[in-house]
Amino acid sequence: MEKSHNILVLDDDVDWLNLCNEMFAHLPSKPEIRTVASGARALALLETEPFRLLVCDLKMPRMDGLQVLSIVRRRFPELRTVVLSGLEDEEFRSRAYALGVDLFWLKTDMQANSQMFLECIESLMGRDMEGGFRGIQSKSLMDIIQMECLSRSSTVLRITRGPLVAKLWIQNGELIDAESEGARGEAAFYRILAWKSGTFENLPAEPDRERTITKPVNALLLESAQAIDETADSVEPGSIEQTAHRKTIWKLAQLTREGAEFVIVVPPEGQGEIETMGTQPSEPLAKWARRAVETAKRLGERIEAGPLSHVAGHNLERQMLVLNQENKCFLVGWPPNVAAGPLFEKSKKLVSSWDS
Amino acid sequence: MGFLKRFFRSRAAVQQLPAGSVAVDRNGHVVTYTVSSAYPKELLRDIGQEVLSLFREARAAQMPLAEVSIHFTSLHITARELRGGAIIFLFPQAAFSPITTKPRL
Repeated sequence: MEKSHNILVLDDDVDWLNLCNEMFAHLPSKPEIRTVASGARALALLETEPFRLLVCDLKMPRMDGLQVLSIVRRRFPELRTVVLSGLEDEEFRSRAYALGVDLFWLKTDMQANSQMFLECIESLMGRDMEGGFRGIQSKSLMDIIQMECLSRSSTVLRITRGPLVAKLWIQNGELIDAESEGARGEAAFYRILAWKSGTFENLPAEPDRERTITKPVNALLLESAQAIDETADSVEPGSIEQTAHRKTIWKLAQLTREGAEFVIVVPPEGQGEIETMGTQPSEPLAKWARRAVETAKRLGERIEAGPLSHVAGHNLERQMLVLNQENKCFLVGWPPNVAAGPLFEKSKKLVSSWDS
Repeated sequence: MGFLKRFFRSRAAVQQLPAGSVAVDRNGHVVTYTVSSAYPKELLRDIGQEVLSLFREARAAQMPLAEVSIHFTSLHITARELRGGAIIFLFPQAAFSPITTKPRL
């Protein structure tokens, strides 16, 4: 399928639109440039034509740039967005990035460093939107580990998947240790390999790291691939029950390890059963969690506060945190003596590993 | 000043985030606030009413809450229950100057 390389520029200043039109015409990818002076017109155009990039001003009459961007983020998640504003207030920069914009430039900077700005735009236009590990897209984690080992390098690979962090120690092309979610050695390595996406970075080598993995990396990769295949193929009648049981045990272990009291998983209304762990199924609590997310989202849109992170509440007996992930709400209950500060990170970690 | 603003209102603007505190009674009426007077009153009322509805629904679920906080990427709202009403603290969040104030009981 042919990729569209169209740019939509939104600004209420017609002179500025003309300037942008002229500047973007010099981009090497020769995109087609469309300009509009109102947010409503921009949204209408985005509905009807394919665009790769939206360049948006913030200060505009009727519908401001942040309102446009919050709608764009919901309706066109794959569209790249750039804010080009004259507002130097740091608050607006933060709010724009919170809405997921790819780039924020001040109009004054853009005129002073026009070449750099154009290079950034060109880079955004050409960036692929496929999955995989950021940095080496379309490569799996297995490929990355093999590349490191084949090149006989010594490094520490730090792999991040949401709040989950893992590390692989490679010394002279040999995998010597792995660590993930409290596990170490081969068990941690197999767990990491199950991750389908994430980000990774190379840290300096740690030659003094204690060796816990003695098997050659290729043997480990082969075993891991076989295990993944077997899991995918296993459809024996008894095994489904066993898998469900193992999953329940594992979830309880996670809950205990993190120190949470209970988790209630709430699907969207009318789409499946409420799942609970550590407490009795509670329809009123689940309903409250669902309503809390709906209320907060509605309020966030009304006051332009950016995407919802979470809702928390507490009384003398308990602390509670509601997270919204992929249409599901997770209500996590914590004892009152757990410090409130890291509660969000701990809940996020619990929910991520829970759902994986 | 309010009189002059009617005639010299700027045409294009970006909505500021509210910063300060708001006290609402049990009916959702704003009793007092320290948020800038430029911030729309109806939005303050909306915030108050939505927060009260969270407290009310939590009570209905047999889980009365003393404090509720809503965390958006750009704004943190913390509300304490006050005899059916609430006092609400609004903290805008900036990437380079995070406000970490967190009132606790």
